[in-house]
Amino acid sequence: MRRKGERKAKNLRNLSTTIQDTKRPDVTGQKNVLRVNALESEAIYIFREVVAQFEKPVLLFSGGKDSITLVRLAQKAFWPAKIPFPLMHIDTGHNFPETIAFRDKLVQELGVKLIVRNVQDAIDDGKVMEETGKYASRNSLQTTTLLDAIEEFRFDACIGGARRDEEKARAKERIFSVRDDFGQWDEKNQRPELFDMLNGNIEHGQNVRVFPISNWTELDVWSYIQEEQIEIPAIYFAHRRHTFLRDGLIWSAQDDVVFRSEDEKVEERTVRFRTVGDMSCTAAVESTADTIQKVVAEIRDSKISERGARIDDKRSEAAMEKRKQQGYF
Amino acid sequence: MEVLKIATAGSVDDGKSTLIGRLLYDTKSLTDDKIEAIRNSSEKKGYDYLDFSMATDGLVAEREQGITIDVAHIYFSTARKSYIIADTPGHVEYTRNMVTGASTSQVAIILIDARKGVIEQTYRHFFINNLLRIKDVIVAINKMDLVGYDQSVFEDIKQNFEKLNANSTYIEQNATYIPVSALKGDNVVKSSNEMPWYKGHTVLEHLENLKGTDVQEDGNFRFPVQMVIRPKTDEFHDFRGFAGKIKGGDVKIGDAITVLPSMTTSKVKSIYFYDTPYELAKAGSSVTITLEDEINVTRGDMLVKTNELPKVEKEITATVCWMDSKQLSAGSRYIVQHNTNQVVSKIAEVGNVVETDFSGESESSGSLRLNEIGEVKIKLSKPVFTDAYNDNKSNGAFILIDEQTNTTAGVGFIK
Repeated sequence: MRRKGERKAKNLRNLSTTIQDTKRPDVTGQKNVLRVNALESEAIYIFREVVAQFEKPVLLFSGGKDSITLVRLAQKAFWPAKIPFPLMHIDTGHNFPETIAFRDKLVQELGVKLIVRNVQDAIDDGKVMEETGKYASRNSLQTTTLLDAIEEFRFDACIGGARRDEEKARAKERIFSVRDDFGQWDEKNQRPELFDMLNGNIEHGQNVRVFPISNWTELDVWSYIQEEQIEIPAIYFAHRRHTFLRDGLIWSAQDDVVFRSEDEKVEERTVRFRTVGDMSCTAAVESTADTIQKVVAEIRDSKISERGARIDDKRSEAAMEKRKQQGYF
Repeated sequence: MEVLKIATAGSVDDGKSTLIGRLLYDTKSLTDDKIEAIRNSSEKKGYDYLDFSMATDGLVAEREQGITIDVAHIYFSTARKSYIIADTPGHVEYTRNMVTGASTSQVAIILIDARKGVIEQTYRHFFINNLLRIKDVIVAINKMDLVGYDQSVFEDIKQNFEKLNANSTYIEQNATYIPVSALKGDNVVKSSNEMPWYKGHTVLEHLENLKGTDVQEDGNFRFPVQMVIRPKTDEFHDFRGFAGKIKGGDVKIGDAITVLPSMTTSKVKSIYFYDTPYELAKAGSSVTITLEDEINVTRGDMLVKTNELPKVEKEITATVCWMDSKQLSAGSRYIVQHNTNQVVSKIAEVGNVVETDFSGESESSGSLRLNEIGEVKIKLSKPVFTDAYNDNKSNGAFILIDEQTNTTAGVGFIK
């Protein structure tokens, strides 16, 4: 028994995949019983708490698989109503063009508002300095633009797709993570979170970062994308790309964003991206996984962690912790 | 996939991080780059072995001091289950973190150093698992390699722990004793060749066989309403759905429902998960419920079955674990957050401090300090709809929020 209202949602699904949707009713005897999915129900519960406890929530949307998964979960949390908050993209100007095209299409299909704030503007205003040299990246410059946008719109809750399994500082993160007026994370003085009770009480000027998929692993996300037949940008699947090698990592040579010295030779390789951040800090992995089934199988057997191809985390052992203290999410 | 949440507790240096590292390593959950990172930092510290504790200690201060400050969450999976470990520090002063970790867990692993046996810390860990009613406890007797894998050492510790178990207020609790060496890998994932006298399961085998009953599965159907969904579109013009997560029991179409606090009654008309209607849904699911009648329901209300009413109270008595540096004393005001309700409250009475080593109670000073546990009476400005913690965990617990700082200052378990 399907409702008419589902038509719009269906457009979002990748119809070329033909996996059986495991979410359909589990028919035991006569009854149509809902099977419990603990992680999914937890995330939906968190989304609803955000909307009930805060006045101006926003979903931080990067165009990556985690934030796309968040959007699907938000759709589920509020159906048949629309998602009751806008999406915001902090655009480094160095995004993969595929990601931007994907973002615009998704927003149009959902009928939600999209806010875009550009790191380029902060650079032009002289608020931040562009990094130079071989490892230049705009990743850490995002923080200033993000904090400015939070202030501009007076957002009191920013929902993000960070997961605790990604990185060791994130393993300490709360589901409701309180930030002060300067966006800073006080890691040694966090509120305890007991059972599923979320305390969203804050002072004026503070805001909360919310992480509904805190307890998901990379494999959980990919399995969910497969089960739900969620469409994701093409760069997550194996494709031919002009690339070059540095420090054992494969970098895109296609869009002139990543600094390349003349002795770094461009070659065509079959690659895919496991995380989609800023082009300047996201390396590709060699892969022939060109379908979601193959990607899930590859992740299951992977010997390298997801953020192993993120140069922003390699700067030092505490790179993430430091950025989070400054207001990174 | 089935998710099993585990809380680990142990004293400083009894090898908790090593045990977790070993679980990750032997289930092939550590990726090459993480092993490489561990190797690098182990070498930097001059160790000639892999220091797995570095896989779990996240903050700079923790790595510098080699201790765990905060609850860390660690993930691994097998073909059968996904595991989430809440790794909590074992120092006396961190009762608050142990309670926090245990509150979201279904299983606890208590570590004992085979050379030291049952110590005060063991009492405290076990006490908290008792208080929070963690059903399955694994007592891992570690560092067996350092006592020559001697069966009598294991049996002695087991006997001592069983004596402790006799003090337990939670008789349904199952304790399982396993002799291990986390450093050498004995009986963590793989069976040990060194201890042929031990016929039981390894830690992982035991975890694989446990049924991960969720916190919410206990007791009767409770449905705290998080929000009302009213799309007001042409297609769903009259849709009024009550969104929430089912805590306890199950609900099916046609069930007679009472709404608290108004005490109005109706019947369940439909149960949706996203856009799909179901006839029956169980505890743990986030659903949207519609009722046959147009009655007023808002956030903070609770739907229950008409023949299973909870207590509706303006005064609650609870065991409180205090988590704030500002002490809890009679006469002070706090916000009680119970499910989707926040209610202004006044502390009416603070009873004796309960010693977490099972030695009983100590004289009341009329207040609770950080990391102390005691019985507290609270007066509420509005009624809440409760069960005893022993009957329904998620409807029997609440938090206390400081009005000035907004911090979560304590947690209560309703008597």
